[in-house]
Amino acid sequence: MQKKLAKGNTIQASTRRWFPLFLGPVVAAFIIGFVWPFAQGIWLSMCNFRLISDAKFTGFDNYIKAFQDASFTHAFWYTALFAITSLVLINVLAFIVAYLLTQGLKGSNIFRTVFFMPNLIGGIVLGYIWSMIFDGVLGRMNTSILLETKYGFWGLIILMCWQQIGYMMIIYVAGLQAVPEDMIEAARIDGATKAQTLFQVTIPNVMPSITICVFLSLTNGFKLFDQNLALTAGQPFIIQPDGSNIKTTEMLALNIYNTFYSSNTTSQGVAQAKAVIFFILVAGLGLAQLAYTRNKEVQQ
Amino acid sequence: MKTNSLAAERRNKTILSVVLSIISVIYVLPVLTVVLNSFKFNTYVKTDTFALPTGEMWAGFSNFVKGMTFGNYPFYKSVLYSVVITLLSTALILICTSMAAWYITRVNSTFCQALYYLCVFSMVVPFQMVMFTLSKTADTLHLNTPWTIPIVYLGFGAGLAIFMFAGFVKSIPLEIEEAAAIDGCGPVRTFFSVVLPMLKPTMISVGILEIMWVWNDYLLPVLVLDINEYRTIPIHIQYLKGSYGTVDLGSTMALILLSIIPVIAFYLTCQKHIIKGVAAGAVKG
Repeated sequence: MQKKLAKGNTIQASTRRWFPLFLGPVVAAFIIGFVWPFAQGIWLSMCNFRLISDAKFTGFDNYIKAFQDASFTHAFWYTALFAITSLVLINVLAFIVAYLLTQGLKGSNIFRTVFFMPNLIGGIVLGYIWSMIFDGVLGRMNTSILLETKYGFWGLIILMCWQQIGYMMIIYVAGLQAVPEDMIEAARIDGATKAQTLFQVTIPNVMPSITICVFLSLTNGFKLFDQNLALTAGQPFIIQPDGSNIKTTEMLALNIYNTFYSSNTTSQGVAQAKAVIFFILVAGLGLAQLAYTRNKEVQQ
Repeated sequence: MKTNSLAAERRNKTILSVVLSIISVIYVLPVLTVVLNSFKFNTYVKTDTFALPTGEMWAGFSNFVKGMTFGNYPFYKSVLYSVVITLLSTALILICTSMAAWYITRVNSTFCQALYYLCVFSMVVPFQMVMFTLSKTADTLHLNTPWTIPIVYLGFGAGLAIFMFAGFVKSIPLEIEEAAAIDGCGPVRTFFSVVLPMLKPTMISVGILEIMWVWNDYLLPVLVLDINEYRTIPIHIQYLKGSYGTVDLGSTMALILLSIIPVIAFYLTCQKHIIKGVAAGAVKG
């Protein structure tokens, strides 16, 4: 042990000198691409500015304005509803598909290949494929996905299910295959029915996979941007009494984007404040979810 | 009794196979619809979305020809820039983050640990948080071309890659590197000829995750690049519809088809690695 430690130290010492080569590029890029923009973003969320160079500190003004913005609160509730609906649907369906695929069916590999395929297509392209399909269907009823909020909502849900089920399925299949075979056999010998085996043996054993998938689909739902932009871009709009718009199918990420890059140049501070709120929400949700499900795993 | 239940089970399996086959066909339908509509004249895409492109609807390859210059930007250029950005970014991320992850795990100083936790932290930060300031920073530093944007991708994408590489490096026994050191290898040679070959499986996983991310990414390049000069495929497709004036749905579908063919070909050839890589990324992330 003593010897090993000493040797470890010599490797450490000789490697340490190579800092510029091994760590230099990443540290430089990380500062440019993350650390500096992140710190600057927090600072600017408390400033009023047109150009970054003449930012003036205004405290929490931007945050107050962000919370008073009706389009932001609307986007929040819309996103929350979307994220929870898609979370439930995607995970239930993905689990069912994964369960069926691990029953030793012929052609399981082909099914797996097909179900996973949509995952590789980018969000923007997906949005346009589905907007064509939905308009093809809704066009027969003389309406469009852009005309009603409920069409936009369920359209996006269908799109996300199509894209994400395959992904979650892969994780569930890996989890299901790791359940010890003799455990299931023991349950069967003890006279458990198929349903009992599934709920009492299999599901508790795949809890880690469920943790991961729930966590992933929740944050995916909250962070969704490309698909939202390409499918409806927030349409239909409701015009408020004060002349501003509420984009009824606009989610949080798109709302932040629109606040940043709208023609109204004074709203950038507010947009950055919204972005900070969004960050706290996404990071907090992820961590809370993880802590909760980890806890549950230990109990079982 | 026993033979009965066996027969029942076999019947159940057949029913399941049929059900799954039907779902598979439904799953492929959206892509098939794209194929159908890319051969239709524009006016029929909206009215006869699900019909076969026969008779007067058949547009042949005219949509593809028109699509090449559609949207005031040549399509081949956006393909070229997408390829350049994806390959350069992925290569840069793989080389730099594997080196960094090895250094971080082996040296393990306070600075290294701080950097590691910062990387993990960056994984939960949504892009919207930094998008405005990042695009301004990139502009100031002239990182707004396809040849320099990989640096931005390295910066914003380093977190996951370092996390995955570090996880693997921790599982490599130190003795191997010690043996190399005794044989007279310096740290650089130890890394490149001993550690790097062992990292290959993680390299493939990380590489696939990065390729999928960068190839499909829309928001980062649209904010960072000068879009009058440089467009990637997602930007090009978004601007077909976003621009004012009439939208030619037939040509849009032709371009969408052209842009998903390479993705599906890539998927079918490296399917095993892709599924493994994605699962590894998910489990660790």
